[in-house]
Amino acid sequence: MPRWLRKHPTLVVGGVLLLVMVLISLAAPWLATHDPQDIDPLARMKPPSAEHFFGTDAMGRDVFSRAVWGGRVSLIVGLSVALLATVGGVVLGLVAGFVRWADNIIMRLMDGLMAIPGILLAIALMAVTRASLTTVIVAITIPEIPRVVRLVRSMALSLREQLFVEAAHAVGTRLPAVLSRHVLPNMLAPLIVQATFVAASAVLIEASLSFLGVGVPAQTPSWGNMMAEGRNFVAVGFHIILYPGILLAITVLSINLLGDGLRDALDPRLARQL
Amino acid sequence: MDKNAPALLEVDQLRTHFDTLNGTVRSVDGVSFTLQAGETLGVVGESGCGKSVTALSVLRLVPTPPARHGGEVRYRGSNLLALSEKAMRQIRGNRISMIFQEPMTSLNPVMTVGRQIAESVQLHQKVGRKAAMAHAVEMLRLVQIPEPERRAGEYPHQLSGGMRQRVMIALALACKPEVLIADEPTTALDVTIQAQIIDLLKRLQREMGMGVIMITHDLGVVAESCDRVVVMYAGRKVEEATVGALFERPLHPYTRALMASMPALNTRSRRLAEIPGLVPAPHELGQGCAFAQRCEHAMPRCRAETPVLDNHAQQGVHLVACFAVDRASHTPSLAAQPEAAP
Amino acid sequence: MTPQTPVAAPPTPLLQVRDLTKHYRAPRRWLSKPRPPVQAVDGVSFDLAQGETLSLVGESGCGKTTTAKSIMRLIEPSSGSVVLDGQELVGLSPEAMRLHRRDLQIIFQDPYASLNPRLTAGAIVAEPLRNFQSLSEAERQERVQWLFAKVGLRPEAAKKYPHEFSGGQRQRLGIARALALQPKLIVCDEPVSALDVSVQAQVVNLLMDLQEEFGMAYLFVAHDLAVVRHISHRVAVMYLGRIVEIADRDTLFDAPLHPYSEILLSAVPTPDPKVTPKRILLQGDPPSPANPPSGCRFHTRCPLAQPLCKTQAPALTPRATTKGSEHLVACHFK
Repeated sequence: MPRWLRKHPTLVVGGVLLLVMVLISLAAPWLATHDPQDIDPLARMKPPSAEHFFGTDAMGRDVFSRAVWGGRVSLIVGLSVALLATVGGVVLGLVAGFVRWADNIIMRLMDGLMAIPGILLAIALMAVTRASLTTVIVAITIPEIPRVVRLVRSMALSLREQLFVEAAHAVGTRLPAVLSRHVLPNMLAPLIVQATFVAASAVLIEASLSFLGVGVPAQTPSWGNMMAEGRNFVAVGFHIILYPGILLAITVLSINLLGDGLRDALDPRLARQL
Repeated sequence: MDKNAPALLEVDQLRTHFDTLNGTVRSVDGVSFTLQAGETLGVVGESGCGKSVTALSVLRLVPTPPARHGGEVRYRGSNLLALSEKAMRQIRGNRISMIFQEPMTSLNPVMTVGRQIAESVQLHQKVGRKAAMAHAVEMLRLVQIPEPERRAGEYPHQLSGGMRQRVMIALALACKPEVLIADEPTTALDVTIQAQIIDLLKRLQREMGMGVIMITHDLGVVAESCDRVVVMYAGRKVEEATVGALFERPLHPYTRALMASMPALNTRSRRLAEIPGLVPAPHELGQGCAFAQRCEHAMPRCRAETPVLDNHAQQGVHLVACFAVDRASHTPSLAAQPEAAP
Repeated sequence: MTPQTPVAAPPTPLLQVRDLTKHYRAPRRWLSKPRPPVQAVDGVSFDLAQGETLSLVGESGCGKTTTAKSIMRLIEPSSGSVVLDGQELVGLSPEAMRLHRRDLQIIFQDPYASLNPRLTAGAIVAEPLRNFQSLSEAERQERVQWLFAKVGLRPEAAKKYPHEFSGGQRQRLGIARALALQPKLIVCDEPVSALDVSVQAQVVNLLMDLQEEFGMAYLFVAHDLAVVRHISHRVAVMYLGRIVEIADRDTLFDAPLHPYSEILLSAVPTPDPKVTPKRILLQGDPPSPANPPSGCRFHTRCPLAQPLCKTQAPALTPRATTKGSEHLVACHFK
């Protein structure tokens, strides 16, 4: 096991980093030193200290505690969107790739969706619904689906012509088994990489939505809305933006590293050469 | 073919080694042969034996950061391996030319075939565009492409496989080289087209008097077009003889085993002889004969020492690198005599 | 056409192909003339007996691979009839056809591309068993081991992935997979073309051994006439989508009648430097299957062509033969 790990440094670094972020978020109730919503007018805009590791924000709330809790939002959103977009994208992409008549319909729908900039679409969707974690997740998923569908469809089209798929047909494998045994596993690597990009993108979009005030409800701490609030105080309280920003960057980086590492590790051919 | 003429091309202990993570890959490991004007030298072997790398090394087409060369390749007295890149460019396509196996990928898909030939002519012969184009059309005519003026304006994808190969031959011969290296020129072609191309090459060689190195794995092609043959295995030359001598009395166990496994030569036997095992991985070659682990005549000496080439012919030259030659050549060959043509 | 049955009538042939046709319609662009269809296979008929090896030979574009795949309905035939063991295959529903695949398997030309790179060798060979036989996992493993032994692979190899095998070994995997259900007919689509000469010998020997042991028939598609000569009982020569000659192996190689067969055989380089090849050189390039010549499709390159050949396509009819099996030739003058 250790030798395998040594062969895939990207995977290890990305995985460990992400794991650390996840653990921090999971341990929020215990890690946080203060109640993240606790307003303390007397301790506003304080720089980092022993009591407030990351300082306090404009309303006297502990930045460290808010950052630690805020991670939950980002990670939940990132993971959920990646999962939903991938599953939805795979279903639509396979149908588009294998069912001739559905191909056009689905792809024109996707083209339409892709024509609208993702974040704009997300904002529009949020505008017509009540702000909550679920609606944020759905609003971010929808613009992310077309990319996955395109990828899955193009892979499906090329895999369909592969000789081993023809061979599976020749030995009497039925279509569902062909898809699950031959087509999907050979899509795995690009899919996983795409999923991590979706996750990273989702985390950023959520931060942007919160930054703009149309994301999660204002009371729920999220790295995005923390940075939004801190924006006005950059000159005097840089720490309000800095720490959520750093955590956001580390999270996105770790997701990307994980994706790269997984893609290399999952390809049996590549794995042999490394 | 004048036996006393000086050799056109002398390959002397050529080595092409690649340093990789898995060790040194000795693609070509001390290969020597000479080529005279007007003769066709066949280089035979299976995939991985180093025949293509040998050809590319002669023309210095192997990038030398990963590769390291050793030995010499003498053409008209100078060592090609020591020439500057500028000097090599004067030689490639001009004095020594090469044709490749896959005509589709060796021709530029976005240039008309006429332009491609003319480009080479302009580069080496220092003539104007019009003259070069006219010469290109003449070359297309020489390789028996019908309507050469029209064809010169076509793109490679508009031509069939056989025609593309002819275009490649025209391109290679446009500057009247002295040496032509043909790397599996007919492997990708249908058998009737193959016959046409071999016939064309023989005719052109007779007319232009050049020396040809014919690299192939097809012993049939060798029998029909070559004067002398070199057999390669795992980067080394294991046998060299005139084509008649090679087919009549193959001496090296690998050559014998190869001939015994060819269906064309064994029309009456029920089973084809198999060579057990696999070609050794290129980075695992060490001391001793590379074929020893698969050879039925292997002795302890074969695994310890690398055999050198010895001349085993009563007259002329028949080189074999094997310690067990006498034993091997007295075992009845499994290759039946080829049938007389009906 | 109906081939004459030989004097000593054998049992019903395993495979009867009649007028098999595959035309590819070129996609029409709006506002342009409809392009003529590519006539890849045009009226091919032949029989194949149990345990027999029939080779389809010809050059690229002659339709031999399309014919083989159409018989398996991996490509849908445009028209014609394919009867396997008394059962008509053309027109069957996909599920009904699937059930017949137990008797009709294929070995592909590219040993690597025909194996799923993400499945282990054992899983690849076990797939036909999973599709049709309700065996327990243990029973399946046992059968896979038995198949591996039959094709000369070590049992430990079952856990490896395709990229860890050499070309010859991968082809053995393909053979093991085709053999798994012990089909009556195996279509071999140029199974040795991509292999080195010495490895070819191994695979050819293996195929012949397996035929001797299990008695299946082979439809062997190939362009290497030396291999064909070694392995076949009967040979059919195809040109531009049609069979021009079909005879037993020795007759075809010793005394071919159709001009194209003669030219094809004479083009094969003989590995004997003492023999000067009596070569009949074919002029020009083969016509395109999208625009085949009228009448006899070979008339544009045939040394014996007459005006009749341009207007009337010759039927595949029998010639007198001293041997038991028939010799069919499609030519007006031979």
